[in-house]
Amino acid sequence: MKRVTLALTLALAAGLSAQAADAQTLKTIKDRGMLSCGVSQGLPGFSSPDDKGNWTGIDVDVCRAIAAVVLNDPTKIKFVPLSAKDRFTALQSGEIDVLSRNTTWTVSRDTSLGANFTGVTYYDGQGFMVKKSLKVNSALELNSASVCVQTGTTTELNLADYFKANNMKYEVIAFGTIDEAVKAYESGRCDVFTDDSSGLYASRLKLTNPADHVVLPEIISKEPLGPMVRHGDDQWFDIVKWTLFAMVTAEELGITQKNVDEMAKSDKPELKRVLGTDGNLGEQLGLTKDWVIRIVKAVGNYGESFDRNVGAGSPLKISRGINSLWTKGGLQYSPPIR
Amino acid sequence: MGVEARKPPPQLALKLRRALGGKAGWNGVAVQLVFGAVLAWIAYEIISNARTNLESQHIAAGFGFLRNSASFDVNQTLIPYSGSDTYFRVFIVGVLNTLLVSVVGIFFATVIGFIVALCRLSPNWLVSRVGGLYVEAIRNLPLLFQILFWYLAVLAALPAPRQSVSVLGAFFLNNRGVIVPSPLAQPGLVPFLAMLALGVVASLALRSYARRALFDQGRAIQIWPYVLALLVGLPLVTTLVFGLPVTFEFPQLKGFNFAGGARIIPEFVALTVGLSTYTAAFIAEIVRAGILSVHKGQMEAGSSLGLSRGATLRLIVVPQAMRVIVPPLTNQYLNLTKNSSLAVAIGYPDLVSVFAGTALSQTGQAIEIIAMTMGVYLLTSLVTSAVMSVYGWRISRSLGA
Repeated sequence: MKRVTLALTLALAAGLSAQAADAQTLKTIKDRGMLSCGVSQGLPGFSSPDDKGNWTGIDVDVCRAIAAVVLNDPTKIKFVPLSAKDRFTALQSGEIDVLSRNTTWTVSRDTSLGANFTGVTYYDGQGFMVKKSLKVNSALELNSASVCVQTGTTTELNLADYFKANNMKYEVIAFGTIDEAVKAYESGRCDVFTDDSSGLYASRLKLTNPADHVVLPEIISKEPLGPMVRHGDDQWFDIVKWTLFAMVTAEELGITQKNVDEMAKSDKPELKRVLGTDGNLGEQLGLTKDWVIRIVKAVGNYGESFDRNVGAGSPLKISRGINSLWTKGGLQYSPPIR
Repeated sequence: MGVEARKPPPQLALKLRRALGGKAGWNGVAVQLVFGAVLAWIAYEIISNARTNLESQHIAAGFGFLRNSASFDVNQTLIPYSGSDTYFRVFIVGVLNTLLVSVVGIFFATVIGFIVALCRLSPNWLVSRVGGLYVEAIRNLPLLFQILFWYLAVLAALPAPRQSVSVLGAFFLNNRGVIVPSPLAQPGLVPFLAMLALGVVASLALRSYARRALFDQGRAIQIWPYVLALLVGLPLVTTLVFGLPVTFEFPQLKGFNFAGGARIIPEFVALTVGLSTYTAAFIAEIVRAGILSVHKGQMEAGSSLGLSRGATLRLIVVPQAMRVIVPPLTNQYLNLTKNSSLAVAIGYPDLVSVFAGTALSQTGQAIEIIAMTMGVYLLTSLVTSAVMSVYGWRISRSLGA
């Protein structure tokens, strides 16, 4: 792990000294014929490889959608698995084109890392998981507990804030990767494992007896997770941002993987605009007219992707909750595509 | 040394020519200067380019972040630390934790290494085979694997806090570590420590006096009764006069964990055990090689004088072997210090874990943080190396005399 950090840092130093800010991400990717996408080291539902090395997850779908609009092929992606602490360096150094790795949007990350968040793929919040046998019902009963956490995350900071604010003592044991933290939790080194609540459900599946563990009801923070791109290339920023919005818009308009071809024949002005049979919105972005069609064919609309990866159609079975469309009382909202 | 000092000092210019140019004379000096200038120019280009590009991409740069509040916690700190302290304090906490595990690891690695080496050299068949097995098994397994083994295997075997193994109701062992009573300073502590220090100094002086008496006049003085009186009697009297130097706070089970008392965390234990047993295997081979490098006539001479095997090794063989042992031993010490950065795998808060890990990803200032971390390792290694060089030089001097 240390070696990876060091290599990335050297790449960062070398990259920064060798070339000026690269403002041609789109061209670089097209020339390369491959999108380089930073993902997690394995978080079921968000980004994790199966036994054949195929990556799936809601964060992976964002990568696939981008590859579909840029390269017309959602499989032309090099996935770069990154630990929490290596992810920003990988983005800064140009190792990856986009970071789609359950990363919380905060003002300090948006300003000091030389990168921008492009939107929110998943509205999350931090929670706690404990063994049922401890008979704890609330996070406020965790005074003097030992807590396992993945290092280099906002989780670590929220944890400190929460215990301090509630005047509770605790011991933090920070691990380099989520798997190490979960393993230590399972071995009994910690009473509590803390992560974004979606991550808690995903990690619970990996435990020997998931039923012996319970996620406490408290959500102690706001964790809007979204993709990031480097500063200095506004066109690329727009492409990544609108790819995500297009997925949400597709859901708003009821465009699905199944009916997308039929929808494209529709006479409704809004559908014609979005699906590119009228106007040239895609070309204004530096893409093709059929960009939304490509996205929906590759990964479906936002709702389909959610259900398949983390929702009802997945082992995680997380309810849509605040990730529902704004029309259904949730927070997912796309500015108009027009 | 004395002979050199009497030579007329060579002129500065000639010295310079000799140092830089060697046989090539002034041409050589010119080449060296050009080479130096090119290196400096490359370094300047790299730094100024990186600076410009960091600025143009609006990536925060500089060391200002060290004054910002870190707002995360660390579970083992040798100095008081809380989340509201600065990143600079996190840096110090990390450095101290790295030094702690290195120093303790080096101590145990040396002790185990010497014992294993003596086992391997033992005339006893079983003992020497056990020593050999240890060396071959340990040094042929990857270190990270061994540290994870000590951490996970040992953790799994230990009970939860509520089922702790207790010794005398004061010491507890569980999967949160070893919990011991912590000393609380009392008014008697200062005179107690002062008297103890006085006792140590006086004992050392006594020892050197006794040695001189033995070497110069052949008088053997038994000093141990005086030493005992100085080291035990003196502090005891102080305690009687000023009261107990410390009282102990006993750990008690409260909620999830023990409150009160001091705790040695399992990450520290696993890392220290892993590092010291691993390095000990290499040290054992170095010590064995060193001892074998001393002519076997020395051993025979010792036994012909009627010394026991242990006394011969201690008084005759090992002192001569040290000259061979010290340089590669230094290498092993440096390796151990550098290997301590594997701590991050088991959650021990060393420098790489808390500073080049957590602090790096919270601030994103990779270049500054990695540079500082490398600086610390470089400095630690150079200091270790220097100390060992001085030690090696003293040994050669005493043997050469």
